[in-house]
Amino acid sequence: MPVAVRELELDLDAFEGPFDLLLSLVLREELPLREVDLAEIVIAFVEHLDAKGELDLDACGEFLILISALLELKARAMFPEEEAELAELEPEEAAEELARRLAEYRRAKEAAGFLRERLDERRDLFFRIGPAPLAPKPERKLAQQDPQKLAQVLRLLAVEPPAPSTAHMALRFPPVAQFLDRWRSLLRRRTRFDFDQEVAGLSRVEIAVAFLALLELRKQNEIAIAQAAPFAPIRISRADAERSLSWTAHSA
Amino acid sequence: MDSPLRLITTEVTPAAELAKTVEALLVVATQPLPVEEIAVAAEVDVLHVGEALELLSEKYCEESSGIVLELVAGGWAFRASSAASEACSRLFEKPVEKGLSQAALETLAIVAYLGPVSRPEIARIRGVNVDGVIAGLAERGLIGEGGRDEEFGAIRYRTTPLFERVFGLESLASLPRVDDLGADVSEIRERLEAVAEKRPA
Repeated sequence: MPVAVRELELDLDAFEGPFDLLLSLVLREELPLREVDLAEIVIAFVEHLDAKGELDLDACGEFLILISALLELKARAMFPEEEAELAELEPEEAAEELARRLAEYRRAKEAAGFLRERLDERRDLFFRIGPAPLAPKPERKLAQQDPQKLAQVLRLLAVEPPAPSTAHMALRFPPVAQFLDRWRSLLRRRTRFDFDQEVAGLSRVEIAVAFLALLELRKQNEIAIAQAAPFAPIRISRADAERSLSWTAHSA
Repeated sequence: MDSPLRLITTEVTPAAELAKTVEALLVVATQPLPVEEIAVAAEVDVLHVGEALELLSEKYCEESSGIVLELVAGGWAFRASSAASEACSRLFEKPVEKGLSQAALETLAIVAYLGPVSRPEIARIRGVNVDGVIAGLAERGLIGEGGRDEEFGAIRYRTTPLFERVFGLESLASLPRVDDLGADVSEIRERLEAVAEKRPA
């Protein structure tokens, strides 16, 4: 890039510094192109040429390529959704569309001129502004109310809620071995017993572990389990004396 | 006066007497008061308020008073006379209109004519990003949010009553007609073509 272009000093609203820095910022997407006034860049370049007093053709060509690329980028960024639509326009239609947009902008500009005139006319006129302290609109009256009823409802709200239960957080499983020992000692004294009777008064978790101990004993063939019907009492009996004996000897 | 409304008015207030009440309402108000609101507050009908305002307009005019009554932003309001402007400017600021840029005025014009209008629509017409300008105008209270774009959900903006007041407009209808603004499309078209013809093919 010729030095004249690269070192062109810019002083824009959105950017201040040399042209090549602007370019690299734009390419790295660190400076949104839509905030850059490209016309200002052109003016700065022309002024720069004028100040130098000689026409640097290389610089001019380079500048034209760069600025037109920037213009295209900016145009695409501003009307992304219309890209396809515009591309399909015939030259005739495109000219029409361009003229329509220019006219639209021209109107906005002239309306702004009108507003400027109004503003100048009223420049010296002072008036009070601020939030209007308007009286609130009269509210709809409520029907006759009973204070007792309000007190009653408030009392309901004032009742202390029940303390949350933390029982589930302290769930402890007793060791199965504890019940194995218990059932074995029981069966040494008696030949049979009723499960429900023996676990009466225990917690659900303890009953479950006690039952697991039964299954374990059954697996070892130490006991026989009988239940006449679903939900009927579970009856436990010693398997046979010989096996029990051999197991006892083994475990000892 | 043979107004039929007079028959249903329970209490007939003489115009001069009513004018005092209207005058009082106007001196307390910080925003222009529509005739209808004055009528409700004074508990009289709109026609009588009109008569009272006529009397007050004669009393509060540039020629005879430091306080001037004007119809602005859809209502009636007091302002200082232009003769008192220098004294006013020594004591008071005009923060709303101070330092409005060309970009701000163009954007304001677009919002006034096309509002409610979204930021992308304004950017499309002006050809540059308008986010900062919009934020500034909203901060000054000259524009406000007026619903959302149905298709994209973008916020749409419209001018506020304060805008009309600052620019001395009775209503948005006091803006020049769109047709009277700018050159028409065909004229711009001709100029484009003239440029195109000069260009070597």
